[in-house]
Amino acid sequence: MLKKVNTFWLAIILAFVFYGVIQLLISTAIINPFYSNTLIFICINIILAVSLHLVIGITGQFSIGHAGFLALGAYISAIMTMELGMPFSLALVAGGIVAALAGLVVGIPSLRLRGDYLAIATLGFAEIIRIIFLNIDYVGGAAGMQVTHATTWTTSFLCLLLTIVVIVNFTNSRHGRACISIRENEIAADAMGINTTYYKVTAFVIGSFFAGIAGGLYAHNFYIIQPVNFGFLKSFDILIFVVLGGLGSLSGAVISAILLTVVSTFLQELPETRMIIYSLVLVMVMLYRPQGLMGTREITDYFGKWKWKRIKGGNQYGG
Amino acid sequence: MEWLQQLFNGISLGSIYALIALGYTMVYGIIKLINFVHGEVFMIGSFTGFYAIAFWGLGFFPSLVLSMTVCAVFGVVIERVAYKRLRNSTRIAALITAIGVSLFIQYVVIYIRGAQPEAYPNVLPNRTLDIFGIQISSQSLLILLVSVVLMIILQFIVHRTKIGKAMRAVSFDPDAAKLMGINVNNTISATFAIGSALAGAAGVIFGVYYTKIDPLMGIIPGLKAFIAAVLGGIGIIPGAVVGGFVLGIVETVVSAFGFSLWRDAAAFIILILILIFRPSGIFGKNSKEKV
Repeated sequence: MLKKVNTFWLAIILAFVFYGVIQLLISTAIINPFYSNTLIFICINIILAVSLHLVIGITGQFSIGHAGFLALGAYISAIMTMELGMPFSLALVAGGIVAALAGLVVGIPSLRLRGDYLAIATLGFAEIIRIIFLNIDYVGGAAGMQVTHATTWTTSFLCLLLTIVVIVNFTNSRHGRACISIRENEIAADAMGINTTYYKVTAFVIGSFFAGIAGGLYAHNFYIIQPVNFGFLKSFDILIFVVLGGLGSLSGAVISAILLTVVSTFLQELPETRMIIYSLVLVMVMLYRPQGLMGTREITDYFGKWKWKRIKGGNQYGG
Repeated sequence: MEWLQQLFNGISLGSIYALIALGYTMVYGIIKLINFVHGEVFMIGSFTGFYAIAFWGLGFFPSLVLSMTVCAVFGVVIERVAYKRLRNSTRIAALITAIGVSLFIQYVVIYIRGAQPEAYPNVLPNRTLDIFGIQISSQSLLILLVSVVLMIILQFIVHRTKIGKAMRAVSFDPDAAKLMGINVNNTISATFAIGSALAGAAGVIFGVYYTKIDPLMGIIPGLKAFIAAVLGGIGIIPGAVVGGFVLGIVETVVSAFGFSLWRDAAAFIILILILIFRPSGIFGKNSKEKV
């Protein structure tokens, strides 16, 4: 027991050391603003990937409307800071809470749906959210909304750390195990006395809370938010992180989020090429390696003796 | 008479949705896959028709036939290249592949010809007829007629021909159909060919009716046709037609009441309501879940 606790704190300390080194490099201007902005963007994308990973990878509920929650978080936090003059941290939390409420609204009907029907319903919800923002003049309609720049490396790193700690601990708790059992076989999980309804909604709520936080960071990093940024393509961008990394692997989602953010930063000048590469990668992965790069394994599984058994989102039966 | 006019506009729009929805529903009925690429087949059909009319000077009907043929081949190629390997994989893998292929086609078309929209040439004579006090353009009447004829042909193929019988058998039980000597692979390809041909026809009709096409035009009509298919009961052919008309009329009514910006939202709200309250659709039967 003591050893497990130690590894946890070791990881946290390492994370802070990493944070400190980057912060030092940024404040001494060794890393120029372009790269520090890319780092912030990587943090936001990891938060999105990990929050969707909880819904798709752990609970097995196929949602392709994650951009809807991102949009809610972005707009709500932007309204909080710009219109109501609230501090940024409070705005982030508010965006997260509203997105979580929306997750509750989406999660409850999802109980009657599964598989591809659920996917279409979540897509529909995300589109409805986008159309609502498009039609509200208070947030600027199609022209979008001006937002101050408030996201820094510190805030985005803290949010990222919080997201990962919460989701890893959730996955390893009995609640997380229940979610994994729903992914593996919902009927069997039900028969074993697991309240599948409760856990599916919980996964949706937690996932959309962190998507909302990411939305707040996203809004305060880009100076302007427009409904067009939160369309189906954004949901698809988040989906590909999770699918490429491996459905059920948190570290896979993190790695592919880092990789794809870097790739798309360099392909920014060629948006069509980027989309062609993305879609080809997605199709190839599905055809030749449908479990994704990491499957349900975690990067810590590869460290032999260091095997960090508790941090493992996947099943242990060789899946 | 105003509402009768709106009703007619709704039916014209609905006939386009119905044609696309037929392809969705047939493919779903036979391999249980939501074929997201269908909207892109529709777009390819529209562009084929555009090039046939604008550059080769073909008339409406020759370009309709040409675009249906191109789309049929295109649909079969997609099925053979992308979906055939996925027959036994999970439905999520199949759905992700469909989304991937759909985006791939969109952006390859943008890469080749750019994202700028194209104005569809006027190929049909356009006169306004006055029937019972409502204004009907001869164009929309002809379009409606073409759609209805295509639906009748489809009904004939499915119920009166050998391939139609094979399609119904495979959608009922692929394994049993195989045992009875039906070539399942060819039947699935035939289903894709017929469904894609209908989407191609819908593409040309859409172009003539709305006169503006672009490489991303397939997304929204594709999604809405899917909603129409779910509304009628996915996998059921008459259901897709009814769903298409209902959706077209609802959208026109929403626009007529001055909420045209909410038109797309109305379609998705219908989808979510139907999924929550009657997931099997208007014509669907409830099936018990088996372990």
